[in-house]
Amino acid sequence: MKTYFVEFSYLLASILFVLGLRGMSNPETARRGMHLAEFGMAAAVVGTLLQKEIVSYEWIIAGLLLGSTIGLAMGVWVPMTAMPQRTALSHAFGALAASLVGVSEYYLHGANLGEFRICAVGFEVLLGSLTTTGSLIAFSKLQGLVPGTPLIYKGQNIFNLSLLAVTIACFLLFLFNPGTALLFYLMLGLAFIFGVLLVMPIGAADMPVVISLLNSYAGLASAATGFAISNNVLIIAGTLDGGSGFILSLVMCRAMNRSITNVLFGAFGSVQESRTESTGGTMREVHSEDVAVQLAYARQVVFVPGYGMATAQAQHALRELATALEDRGVTVKYAIHPVAGRMPGHMNVLLAEANVPYSQLYELDQINPEFPSTDVAVVVGANDVVNPDARDNPNSPIAGMPIVEVDKARSVVVLKRGRGKGFSGLENPLFYKQNCEMLYGDAKDSIVQLAGAVRNA
Amino acid sequence: MTSETLIATIYVFILAAFLGYQVISRVPPLLHTPLMSATNAISGISLVGSLVTAGAHQTTVSAILGFVAVVCSTTNVVGGFVITDRMLKMFKRKTTPTTKKNKV
Repeated sequence: MKTYFVEFSYLLASILFVLGLRGMSNPETARRGMHLAEFGMAAAVVGTLLQKEIVSYEWIIAGLLLGSTIGLAMGVWVPMTAMPQRTALSHAFGALAASLVGVSEYYLHGANLGEFRICAVGFEVLLGSLTTTGSLIAFSKLQGLVPGTPLIYKGQNIFNLSLLAVTIACFLLFLFNPGTALLFYLMLGLAFIFGVLLVMPIGAADMPVVISLLNSYAGLASAATGFAISNNVLIIAGTLDGGSGFILSLVMCRAMNRSITNVLFGAFGSVQESRTESTGGTMREVHSEDVAVQLAYARQVVFVPGYGMATAQAQHALRELATALEDRGVTVKYAIHPVAGRMPGHMNVLLAEANVPYSQLYELDQINPEFPSTDVAVVVGANDVVNPDARDNPNSPIAGMPIVEVDKARSVVVLKRGRGKGFSGLENPLFYKQNCEMLYGDAKDSIVQLAGAVRNA
Repeated sequence: MTSETLIATIYVFILAAFLGYQVISRVPPLLHTPLMSATNAISGISLVGSLVTAGAHQTTVSAILGFVAVVCSTTNVVGGFVITDRMLKMFKRKTTPTTKKNKV
């Protein structure tokens, strides 16, 4: 009877998870959907606690209390700008949990697990371990603990691929000799090292793809846990997570016109530094008063936010500026490139935090036709996503990447911290165009000044 | 594990993958960040595996591994759902009256 109850709670949880994610197809229904998923989670946990295998509760209660405290603290205090690193950290936690359950299964049962479950446990531990360290490196890069620039050395790809090959060889050997614990722990150690080496060479600007990919791995590791302990709800939830991460990776790759292999093994942004040639011409610097006048008398203004807006925490100031403009009857829109920022949807969340209604946020194919009739396009801390070279220069490293076509607007104002190149180290011909002006300084300070000047204009 | 249960398990996996594709490809880019933190919270369901490992108490080592796993997955579940809700609360179609106050 108890078994039926437990299985029923898992079935209920699975259904509620799917319904919860379905709610995500619309911002109006998303919150209600998540409440369903939360209820499903609670049901599954209660169901599990009633299982007959569980004989003692002290470790469980301690773990639940500690985990809830950490989770709640992170949930309440992590600022929206830090969402990419929090996500990377949670991928590490999820993958570590999966990996540990796998290690414990093997430690307890060894070769008695049987062929199929040995395979699942091996896969789970392999994927879980490399995702754990990979996500921790991604976290450190995003948090600024290690430099965000790609770390590369000669023969890196060959070394990494050989390491991967040895790790997989260990895994295969282990499948045929499940009794040899050495192989299992060797595979575990190698997978940890591979995770570090996999993410180290990847630049900060490629983080949207990497985070999505790690999301996918973490989900698949959970699904493998489900196979290892024959638990359907784990398989379903893990697969949903893995699938979601995979779809997001594809979306991000398409938005950069690159393949996943190219992101992982291309060490983007470091190779081209030697061959960036200056386009010639000069960048024209403007003062905020002049920009404010342009903005104040415009009919339509489009803001293009990038990672620079996040680092300067400029979203609230931007919203103030937009309100000042709207009060004067200016139409304000925001153009959101899929890979702007450090994770999928990063800019949307920041602008939502600053109370920008989502009906003002536009995707590429909606906003690009509007630029010819836009008076001023304001680029706030974005660089590569507005680089016209991607469209015009077939030899550019980012050739073919869809861009926000701000250069078609009547005039463009670029808010930038300094004259340097962006994260990718690419020259941006936009800055030298006739209709483009540069406003140097901290994005937040510049925007606050602009808002003040617009109100007085 | 018998071959029947194995086949049933693989069925579940493939159906879940198919269903996941159908559901998730409908999520607009607007909500991709909340989507990621939501699926993260949901895959914290590996908590149920961790609970069994921690509570079955077969050896001290497995109990400790289970304990760490419970802490990790609970952090994801609680943190993930709290943050997702915090984010989703912010998405509004129209400007709220509080910001309209700024009008002169």
